[in-house]
Amino acid sequence: MKLTSLLASAAMVLGLATGAIAQDKTKVGFIYVGPVGDGGWTYEHDKGRQAVEAEFGDKVETVYQESVPEGADAERAITQMALNGADLIFTTSFGYMDPTINVAKKFPNVKFEHATGYKTADNVAVYSARFYEGRAIQGHIAGKMTKSNIIGYIGSYPIPEVIRGMNSAFIHARKANPDVQFKIVWAYTWFDPAKEADAAKVLIEQGADVILQHTDSTAPQAAAKAAGNVITFGQASDMSEYAPLPRVSSIIDNWAPYYIERTQAVMDGTWASSNRWDGIDKGMVGIGEISDAVPAEVKAEALALKDAIASGEYHPFTGPLNKQDGSVWLAEGEVADDGTLAGLNFYVEGIEGDIPN
Amino acid sequence: MDLGSINPVLLIASLMVAATPILLAAIGELVVEKAGVLNLGVEGMMIVGAVSGFAISVETGSPFLGFVAAAVGGALLSTLFILLTQVALANQVASGLALTLFGLGLSALMGQKYVGIKPPPTGDIHIPLLSDVPVLGPILFTHDVVLYVGIAIVAAVWAILKFTRAGLILRAVGESHDAAHALGYKVVRIRILAILFGGACAGLGGAYISLVRVPQWTEGMTAGVGWIALALVVFASWKPWRVLLGAYLFGGITVLQLNLQAAGVAIPVEYLAMSPYLITILVLVILSKDKSSAPASLGRIFHASR
Repeated sequence: MKLTSLLASAAMVLGLATGAIAQDKTKVGFIYVGPVGDGGWTYEHDKGRQAVEAEFGDKVETVYQESVPEGADAERAITQMALNGADLIFTTSFGYMDPTINVAKKFPNVKFEHATGYKTADNVAVYSARFYEGRAIQGHIAGKMTKSNIIGYIGSYPIPEVIRGMNSAFIHARKANPDVQFKIVWAYTWFDPAKEADAAKVLIEQGADVILQHTDSTAPQAAAKAAGNVITFGQASDMSEYAPLPRVSSIIDNWAPYYIERTQAVMDGTWASSNRWDGIDKGMVGIGEISDAVPAEVKAEALALKDAIASGEYHPFTGPLNKQDGSVWLAEGEVADDGTLAGLNFYVEGIEGDIPN
Repeated sequence: MDLGSINPVLLIASLMVAATPILLAAIGELVVEKAGVLNLGVEGMMIVGAVSGFAISVETGSPFLGFVAAAVGGALLSTLFILLTQVALANQVASGLALTLFGLGLSALMGQKYVGIKPPPTGDIHIPLLSDVPVLGPILFTHDVVLYVGIAIVAAVWAILKFTRAGLILRAVGESHDAAHALGYKVVRIRILAILFGGACAGLGGAYISLVRVPQWTEGMTAGVGWIALALVVFASWKPWRVLLGAYLFGGITVLQLNLQAAGVAIPVEYLAMSPYLITILVLVILSKDKSSAPASLGRIFHASR
């Protein structure tokens, strides 16, 4: 009897102790669409997670789940994470938008942050980076460097984020080279190296000598390297292992400052739902080193474009711009507003083909 | 629309490359299922094969050794399945699923050092004279060895199952393990060999993705090919040549739909994207009207005393 009561009280003390420790720590969860070793999108989000750990040390505990499919299963994964005591959960792909909102309704005390979406709630904030600013620079380099005047573009899903990138790249490629044409292939996946490689090969076989990708793995880089005489750009991550050729530059997503800031806000109790959309100026979008394979004057122009965008002097979507059907979108000098850009669902004039629904 | 930009010769040549990983994994699984074992761990064995093959070929500089290592790696992983299902008599479905999950995790661990590295190129054979034949030459005679090995394995599996005593015994074990046991055949031993063969083939298929088709190592790079191979075996009604047909159809339409998209054909992309799955299933279902059914003992646990 004595022994059991002793054990019981010991267990209680232990339980209280661990409970106390658990409350001290802020638990931050991450839901990833691909594996952390994809070398692109998820890899950069995970670097952000590691930065949070490095910044706060013992005061945080981070957890993540990788390769979570977009759709119904995402809801289960997010719920699981919330049930396990996460205080703040980052869901890092567009397809997690509705699952995040649904789970957030059930856990009013947990804060949620959804990347690249547009639906917010009291405990759901959204954040994204202005990748299209980087795409403008890519488009310029691509337009200057293509010899076949055919630029291949591997799209993932037809969502505003991807369409914005295509339009921005196209506008600036055309400015640099009026004969440029885009060939667009939709892979309907964020991460499938074999399919991405196939898509890149198909585009190369059909004459493209520049491959832009909006999928997460480095497979298109490998395919371009094997083909030779094709240039690519790192997507989401620097992908510098493919520099100086085929990868001539890259868009690097830098989530770390944002993740640290938001974790701090949860710790301080100052977290509030918000809609953050930062670009080159705030460092959320980085432009990877432009390699020596790019002629010096093109590199100088690209860097000037980058500076102009960073200083706010130039916006990649500045009129005159027409929609694909020829109707006017932006008049001379007019700049696209964030609302239109966030829901962008049409091509600009000059891109051929239809956007899948 | 610009159909002229599609080069049919390149298209057919690349569809054979796209189909080979599925073909290899599926023909291995066909043998396993013919022996009456349902191994759902194909995806796991493929990815372990992909990383073992990649690592060894990077370390040794030899793609050949890489493929050997991939086959060994796949077979080694399948020994885990053997232990669970043939020795411990565990449920095959659960064990197979566990094998896939384990394989995905293990491969990520094994591959950490190899992200972003370029493997040594797997050379294409250029058979003199034959590869110079217009049209047919580039389609049939300019591929890497493994692609031909895949076709050879299909032919060998077909011949062995159909014409040899060994094939007959394998099928007997798969149809009725009790009868085979009563006749004095070593049911467990035969099944173990079949599972090892399946593991080796899946490993080869995985390495084909990491060494030839992509070529690089990325975590989770098989991205579901193993599951497609599993489905293919069923839709091909456990017949080797139909597996080949199914794999080529699937690979072919996958590549074709990308080509059509790039050429700007006015078919909605959603239909193009689902077409490989739809058409492959449709064709194989129509073909399987002849009521050929699954091996009767498929998925059932064998214990000699029962």
